[in-house]
Parts: sequence; structure tokens; C-alpha cells
Amino acid sequence: MNVTLKVWRQEGPNSAGRLETYAASDISDHMSFLEMIDVVNEQLEAAGTDPIAFDHDCREGICGMCSMQIDGVPHGPDTGITTCQLHMRTFKDGDTITIEPWRATAFPVVKDLVVDRSAFDRIIEAGGYISVATGGPIEANATPINKADSDEAFDYATCIGCGACVAACKNASASLFTGAKLSHLALLPQGQAERYERTLSMVAQMDLEGFGACTNQFECEAACPKGISVQAIAHMNRDYIKASLSGR
Amino acid sequence: MKLDSNEPTGPIEDRWDKHRFAMKLVNPANKRKFKVIVVGSGLAGGSAAATLGELGYNVDCFCYQDSPRRAHSIAAQGGINSAKNYPNDGDSVFRLFYDTVKGGDYRSRESNVYRLSQVSLNIIDQAVGQGVPFAREYGGLLANRSFGGAQVSRTFYARGQTGQQLLLGAYQALARQIHAGSVTMHNRTEMLDLVVVDGHARGIITRNLIDGTITRHAADAVVLATGGYSNVFFLSTNAMGCNVTAAFRAYKKGAAFANPCYTQIHPTCIPVTGDYQSKLTLMSESLRNDGRVWVSKKVGDMRPASAIPDDERDYYLERRYPSFGNLVPRDVASRNAKIVCDEGRGVGGGQAVYLDFRDVIARDGKASIEAKYGNLFHMYQKITDEDPYTVPMRIFPAPHYTMGGLWVDYNLMSTVPGLHVLGEANFSDHGSNRLGASALMQGLADGYFVIPYTLGNYLATAKQGEVTTDHPEFAAAEAAVTGRINKLLNNQGSATVDSYHRRLGRIMWTHCGMSRTDEGLRTAIAEIAALRVEFWENCSVTGSNGTFNSVLERAGRVADFLELGELMCRDALERRESCGGHFREESQTAEGEALRIDDGFSHVAAWEYTGEDSEPVRHTEELSFEYVKLTQRSYK
Repeated sequence: MNVTLKVWRQEGPNSAGRLETYAASDISDHMSFLEMIDVVNEQLEAAGTDPIAFDHDCREGICGMCSMQIDGVPHGPDTGITTCQLHMRTFKDGDTITIEPWRATAFPVVKDLVVDRSAFDRIIEAGGYISVATGGPIEANATPINKADSDEAFDYATCIGCGACVAACKNASASLFTGAKLSHLALLPQGQAERYERTLSMVAQMDLEGFGACTNQFECEAACPKGISVQAIAHMNRDYIKASLSGR
Repeated sequence: MKLDSNEPTGPIEDRWDKHRFAMKLVNPANKRKFKVIVVGSGLAGGSAAATLGELGYNVDCFCYQDSPRRAHSIAAQGGINSAKNYPNDGDSVFRLFYDTVKGGDYRSRESNVYRLSQVSLNIIDQAVGQGVPFAREYGGLLANRSFGGAQVSRTFYARGQTGQQLLLGAYQALARQIHAGSVTMHNRTEMLDLVVVDGHARGIITRNLIDGTITRHAADAVVLATGGYSNVFFLSTNAMGCNVTAAFRAYKKGAAFANPCYTQIHPTCIPVTGDYQSKLTLMSESLRNDGRVWVSKKVGDMRPASAIPDDERDYYLERRYPSFGNLVPRDVASRNAKIVCDEGRGVGGGQAVYLDFRDVIARDGKASIEAKYGNLFHMYQKITDEDPYTVPMRIFPAPHYTMGGLWVDYNLMSTVPGLHVLGEANFSDHGSNRLGASALMQGLADGYFVIPYTLGNYLATAKQGEVTTDHPEFAAAEAAVTGRINKLLNNQGSATVDSYHRRLGRIMWTHCGMSRTDEGLRTAIAEIAALRVEFWENCSVTGSNGTFNSVLERAGRVADFLELGELMCRDALERRESCGGHFREESQTAEGEALRIDDGFSHVAAWEYTGEDSEPVRHTEELSFEYVKLTQRSYK
């Protein structure tokens, strides 16, 4: 198939960006979306021009590195996947596809489709862990955990930190990301000791980074490649109120 | 070059305890005076950086990704072994040790493997303490499953995302130390050279991948945890950025490279579909617990799976290996897939075999399979557009893991004093074949429970004076790095970087893949040498150094792969036996099974770099087996 790409090109964080048009010809519908970009890039390279910069690594939907807004939707039109798992069979011959980077103040553009997501790391650094030094923990089976709680904690722990939730949100809120980590840890007995301090410090960091507030549009859940539920945000808000009222 | 394993002696179960006591300690108040560089932030590097930070060392950690959370350990699916023996099915530290030495086809060091098996118990405690949500039974206790090469259930898992969950545990521990100020993290930064001063590793040269800045970093010790080199095959299950550069530059600075030919070709990957393909996707080995591997008995059978009746199916693993069946180790499963496909019995006559869940779905129901493997089935469906609940998966072997790596002693120190190597980047624990669910175990064992002790001993005893980045060795290393980058950029060639990588991959897969011959390896060595010359004459690298330039990044990595590939072939050529993942056609039994030759090859081969214009020198470390009796492996 043949498709036309309109791709956001931007030399650096302080340069102006623009959409440029490229033809992607003889594309197999078995190709992944990123393999289609590889083909276009190899042609650009062979012509001596700068290929399209984009983040990608594992190409199996787990590292969270790829980050493309495709026709206005983070990770493209298919659901429950990252861009690297999107296949060209999702598109039709003759389609025009617009590709942009994540758009959020807290995710400045590095180059073309590459953005800086280090704000996510700083939110985790503010408290997204259980403070236990190596060698400290007790015997693993000494703490039975209800299977349903453990499974629910797991659902939140599957976050890959890609940032699609932020990109999908009109407020560029990081509530789903932050709420997912808080919920994962708050549902486990090991996470109780620091539960409320953790909530306060991670939420404070999230605000400091310039992410917007949540206004319950739930676009984040729809865009999340791992299908993380917006209940994470409810968990977070509940714990935040409790922590604030108890003066912790 | 002397290869002294520095193993403790005495009863094997006491060696690590004895060694821990014998090692020197660094006073808590003095730890912050020592600066340690950790390159890589996966299970080994992340856990090491976090733990060293907790102990009070002044740590600088580097990764090429935009966040340490994205290291490729994240993609490990199936699980992590530990000798907890929770199922009460006969496991023990000794059995895990025994299985790992046997599974590695008797080409690993007993003392290291025994220690690995011992600390496997602590790893599970550590991960659970961090909040890693391992699978649990309804009683609330941890669940286990079985994996290839073992007859006990000792694998802990977190759905099909065990690597992700363990890595996030290590990443969060690392984040805590970054917050505390004990670890400084350098994301999107690549190590391009090791700096050796007075024979000791004293720093590295890095390139910032965003703006091209070249920086010198000095330290009291350097720890490499930079993963494996399967991307030498171009197509592999590794992430696109995985590379050998850090390890290879260390090799050129004096660190011996051990057993480079030991590569693991994983049996259950989604088959190749076209030339445009950029990577291969693994389907966890855990699927072989419930899936049955088969092909048609007929050559060139074009019928769909559903039209092939049971009596015309060849469940070849169950037929040839009745006691292990579909759970034979990876090397055996891969080689057998190749054999049936070479016979023309692959799916549709091509390069694929079936992994079929029909029988288990009939027995246990779809829901049970979905609970265990839901995310894997989802992934398969998204990639192939086929529903594995109704149509059997098509799978074929693909390069996945490299058992070879930089040579290390019992303290995980390379032949360059002060340079320590952890995880997949070292050669130490898996011999010539790694068993499933052992990579996560080794990475975390090295990072959490071995290096924190052995590095302290090095720092307390090496007593090297202070070195700053003004030292001439730093200037020389930086000049070499800059010179190489300029050479790549000024190469007015016409062929793309990937075109060379693809050609190298094809040579490696053909001649140094699942099956190797004297003639093929000699051909490969000549072809790679010619390809390397062509690369340096005709490769085109667009853009400049001072920007985000993925072409330049890849060009530097491919240049190193072009040298490593040759070293792998040389190693494979010299090892005239079959062992584990290394199958030499000249060395097989009448039944076509791998024939190991202990009299002559029961050793580690460690290669010393001797300069650009001379051949590397092969050194050996003899392996002695006091506790595991050497036998030809049999899974029949």
C-alpha cells in the first residue's frame, strides 16, 4: 500500500516546528508502524538528509519508549497497544497519516517526535517506592496477600510510563500515571507504612512539574496501552484527602 | 594474561560465606569518599547502583534510554528461578545449582553457580519487600510454575511481565537513591570508552545522545552492566538499542572476552515475515508448559493446522524426549525446530513450527489459559493478526541471549583491575546454554547480593590514589572517541548503516547461528573482514555530532558489531566440540544430538585483544567439576 505521512519536524527544543510531507510507498500491511517509518528513514538517509527522530527501543510494547500522536491519538487508532505494536493493516491504501510528538508543557520536545519525559522519573523519585534497603525484607511467604488485592495491585503496576495518558488529556494531567503507582503500592501490605507521605509528595511533585489537573474526562484510560483504570485517580484522590486532613 | 578465578576452596556450600568473611570492608564513613560508575540500568545495573547507593557509595549511573526504567530487562516475560521449594516438590539449593550446571552443558564455574543458587532465595524476599506483585495462590502465598530444563516448579512469575515488574522494583529502589542524592543518574548517555590508569579502570568517556557532548568521568571503580550482544545478528529479540559497544571498548582496553560464540537461540519467537523486519518478538518459554510443539509428518504440507488430523501430526519433542517433552532446554528445542524445518516439514514448508494450545484449552478452559498467558496471546494476535486461542501459534527460533561476555573472576572483576562486569554482560554463570528464568536471577544476584560485597573488598584493598579527568589517559581516550566519531561523519559513503548491519546479521545467522561448521566459520571470518573494510569506506552517516543523531549512534554500534562478529566466529571455530547453544556439525552423536568433548574443551576460552593489525589471543581457564558429574546431557 501507499500512504502519505505528515510528520512534525523540529530541530531542537527552541526551534519552531512544522509538518512535513513524505510518501511511504510499497508498504506491506504486515509491517509495524515503526518499520514503515524505518523504511522512510532509510530512504531519507540514503538521500543524505536527516531522518525523522523518534523514540523506540524494545518494539514489543513494554519499554514505554515509543511516543507518537498518530492522527491525534496517542499510539494510534488501535486500542491496548503502543505505537510499536500498531500494524499497517490498520490503515488503508491512500491514507494520509499525521504524526506528532506528545504535546504537554511538562514534556518539552527534544527533536521531531522525541520528547523529554524525565518529569515522570522525578515523580517516582519523590516517593514511588517502598523504602526497603537490599537485604532488609523478611521471608517472602511470611506476608500472605489476598489474591484479588494482589491482582488489582498488578493491574496498576503494569504502567509502562510512556506518557500517553498525558498526551491524551486536554489538561496534560499526569494523574493516571501518578495514581497508578500510588494505587499499586497502597494496595499491598508492604506499601502501608509510607502510604500517605508518599501520596502527598508524589502529588506535590506532579504539580511542580507543570502537569495539569484532572477534570474527569477519562481520555487517559482510553489511550492507555495497558488499559489502566481511572479508578487509580480515585484511589489517589481519596488518599490525598485523607493525608491532607490527618495533617500528614 | 593470567586468568585466576579467585574461587574460594573447601566445601561448596561454605565458600561464599567464607569468602564474605575474608573480604575487607569499607568503613561506613569512608564509603562516600569512593566514586563508583555503573553503566547500564537494567536488572544488574539498576540493582547494583541502588544497593551501592544505599551502602553510601557515591554512584554515577548511565543509561542510553530516556529513563533507567526502560532497560531491556523490562521485556523478560516468563519468570525468575529460586530454590525456595515452596511447592515441596524436591527442590533445593543444590538441585538448582545442579540443574544450572547441567543445563549450561558443563561449561560454567561451579563456585559461581552455587552462589547464584544460594542467593536466589534472597532475591524473592527482596522483590516481594519492594512490592513486586508476583503471582499468588488463593491462600495469598506465592505461586510457582515449571520451566524448561527442570523437573521441579521453581519459577516465580508476574503474568508474562516478570522482567518488567522486577525491573520496576529495582528502578524504584534506584529512584529512592537518586532522591537521596547518593546516585546521580545520566539518561540518554552512552559509554564510548573505558579509561585505564596504571592498569586500573579509573573512568569512562561518554557521549550525551541529545547534544553530542563528550564527557570524561573519573571514579575509583567501574561496573559494566550493559547487557548482551544478540543484535550482532541484526534480527533478535533484543531492543533496538542493545549493543556491545561498552563491553567491546573495555575488551580493547584489556578486558578478556570469554566464550563469545555462546549465544542462545530462543525456540519460541514469532517467525520472520519480510526484509523490512526490524526485530523478532519472543513468546515466553512458559508457553511450553501448556502448548504442544508439532509439525506435519508430511514434507511440504500446505494444509491449515485444523485440517491436519492428529495421526498426521508429529509432536517431535514429545516423541524424541519423552521424559522432558515440550520442556526440553532451549538449545535442544531450537535445534529440533531447525531440523524439522530443514526437512521441509515446517508450517507450509517454511521456517516455522506450531505451538498449539488446543488440548489444554479443551482440558482447563480458555479462562485458565487467559489468566496465565493473556498478555502474550494478546501480543501475538496484535503482531500476526491470528487468534492463538483458535489457531496454533507459529514459532521459530531467534537470537535472544548471549552467555558469552567479558571474563570475570569470582568477585565479578574482569582482567582489568577495578572493572567489574555484571549480568548478561559477563560470561559467568550459564555455561554454554542458559536455562529459562535464570537471566533475571543472575542479573539481580550480581547486582543486589554479590557486587556490594566484592566491590567493597576491591576498594578497600586496591588503594589507588586519586585520579582526575585531567590525567593524560582521559585526554587520550577522549581524543580517540572524537576521532572515531569524526571518521564516521566524514565518511562520504553511499550505503546506509542498517544495510551493513543487515548484511552482517545474515552472515552471522548463516554461519554462526544454530549450527556451525569449520568451513562456514572460515567463510564468515573472511566475509566479515571484507564487510568491515567496505563499511569504513562506503557507509553514509548523515547529520552532525552536536545534535540528536540516531544514525551516528547506530553507526558506532554497528562498527563494533563488525569486529565482535569476527571474534565470535573465531571462538566458534576454535571450539571444535558441540556444547549447549554452540553446535558444531562435526561433533554430533549418531542420533544427531550434540556431542561434547570434555577432554580438550572443558575450559573457558577468553580472548585478549592485541591490536588492530594482529589476531586476538585465546587463553583458557580450565573448569573442574567436583560436585556435578560430567555426563552427556540427556533429556530423553
